[in-house]
Amino acid sequence: MARFKAFASNHLNATDAWWASSRTGGMALLALIIALAPLAMTNNYFYDVAILAGLNAIVCVGLNLLIGYAGQISLGHAGFVGLGAYGSALLGSRYGWPPLAALVAATAGVALLAFVVGRPILRLHGHYLAMATLGLGIIVSIVISTEDALTGGPDGMPVAPLAVFGLIVQGERTWYWVIGGCLLLAVWLAQNLIESPIGRALRALHTSEIAAEVAGIDSARHKLMVFVISAVFAAVAGGLTAYYAGFITPAKASFLHSIELVTMVVFGGMASTFGAVVGAAILTVLPQVLTLLKDYEMVVFGALMMFTMIFLPRGVVPTLAGYWLRRAR
Amino acid sequence: MDSQWTQFLAGGLTAGSVYALVALGFSIIFNASRVINFAQGEFVMIGGMSAVSLVATAVPLPIAIAGAIVIASVVGLLLEKLAVERAPHADVVTLIIITIGASIFLRGLAQLVWDKGIHPLPAFSGDRPIALLGATIVPQSLWVFGAMVVIVAVLSWFFGRTLLGKAMLATSHNRLAAQLVGIDVAKVLFASFGLAGALGAIAGVLIAPITFTSYDVGVMLGLKGFAAAMLGGLGSFAGAIVGGLVLGLLESLSAGYISSAYKDVVAFLIMLVVLFFRPRGILGALQSIRV
Repeated sequence: MARFKAFASNHLNATDAWWASSRTGGMALLALIIALAPLAMTNNYFYDVAILAGLNAIVCVGLNLLIGYAGQISLGHAGFVGLGAYGSALLGSRYGWPPLAALVAATAGVALLAFVVGRPILRLHGHYLAMATLGLGIIVSIVISTEDALTGGPDGMPVAPLAVFGLIVQGERTWYWVIGGCLLLAVWLAQNLIESPIGRALRALHTSEIAAEVAGIDSARHKLMVFVISAVFAAVAGGLTAYYAGFITPAKASFLHSIELVTMVVFGGMASTFGAVVGAAILTVLPQVLTLLKDYEMVVFGALMMFTMIFLPRGVVPTLAGYWLRRAR
Repeated sequence: MDSQWTQFLAGGLTAGSVYALVALGFSIIFNASRVINFAQGEFVMIGGMSAVSLVATAVPLPIAIAGAIVIASVVGLLLEKLAVERAPHADVVTLIIITIGASIFLRGLAQLVWDKGIHPLPAFSGDRPIALLGATIVPQSLWVFGAMVVIVAVLSWFFGRTLLGKAMLATSHNRLAAQLVGIDVAKVLFASFGLAGALGAIAGVLIAPITFTSYDVGVMLGLKGFAAAMLGGLGSFAGAIVGGLVLGLLESLSAGYISSAYKDVVAFLIMLVVLFFRPRGILGALQSIRV
């Protein structure tokens, strides 16, 4: 057992080192993949799936900061996505705000909400934190579905297109580059945060909150900060989703979508920004493939969730990276 | 006004009893393993749907109910054997995702085995409403409430008087110490999933005549049961019952006096407020954090 532990810790350190050294390398690889992927995409459907994957990846990169680095679970992040989406849509469609201003204002609103509710919620731990965030997400989703005079209820509402300085962003191909750029920006921001003293503080409080506090880290402030940051990522992605799709439904804010987001993060690999991106990409594409199975879709998806968590509990990217590293030795 | 109040009370106690049974399932599994079983709601669904399809094949109702309870507890045992037991050192988030995966799997399976339709189960003793203290209630409500009381009595006998029950209690207090006195904690974990499955199924067959059942009834019932378990104090049996009844009553009263569309919001809002001011729940034990 001790030998296994020593092996595991070596193994972990090796993986960490591999990621640290590949921070810029990883960014370059991601940029290359985004730039070259269109070569393989023969019609707009592929672009559509890629855009959805990119939007989910932006949320997951933010959520991974909270779950993977700070070790705080959230089962309600779809609520922030939904608020970002509906906030942008409502300010634009019903109050005539310019789209970009609506997106910024909606994001600021979500950040404020996360700041206000984050303080009491983040005092909770483990299952209680899971339940509190879950409750928050469900409240948001029910309010969106119920206030049908404003939001169109369960049927959803149309969203005016995104216009920036008179130019309308439209068409899958244009959106692909916009979302690709936003994803790179999100990854770059997250990677910089992780490498900063804040990132180190987050990792410290993940290991032991008390030890971190003894070392002088204000854990409440750091947890709140990363909660707000992850909510902002979710809100921006939500607003962009609304503008891209031109139509939104409460499904974006649902409990099930919150679960999907957490699964993407854990599936890809916790505490790995690129893992979050890979997890989002795989789990966005997979259901598209599984629709071929029709009635068997849910059974297969549920079984895959269980199997990957049982056999690859550390997630796809760290497990494969570790395997690749052992082969290389 | 007065009769309205008793009407809401009756509705709240009925729903609350069901939440309490689901919350008990959460607490039993949590005590044995520190796992929150997000598939608990699916046991409720399997119980209700199995009973419906057994009744459809002309099986008498009492036997159909017994069969449904057996089916759900076998599903619980399989879930423990095939999934939870295979991830012994997984952390909280991983286990949450495993059980959520299981719940999606079971819902998908239910959709295949049965269908996406909504099915009624015949009431245990007719549909003729009873007037009671100014409220009009269906006899099934009495069955729900009565069954909850009986189950609480049976469970307190089980945990206080039988060897397996005492072993389960000991494991929940201190897993290592339980192991040291010779308790097979793996068997306790296994049994807890079977017991939770049976409790879920009982809740499912009790409520199916009132609210009907379908492949996706487990989602909201599971979440409400989880909220009730949290509200009362996770891992506390008395807490699960108190939490369930409080949640059911507040929900029913807010649906009546505030807005029926927002009754679920009220339920989760109350739970949030309780967690903010009393993070361990109403009856939860104060836990010290070991460094």
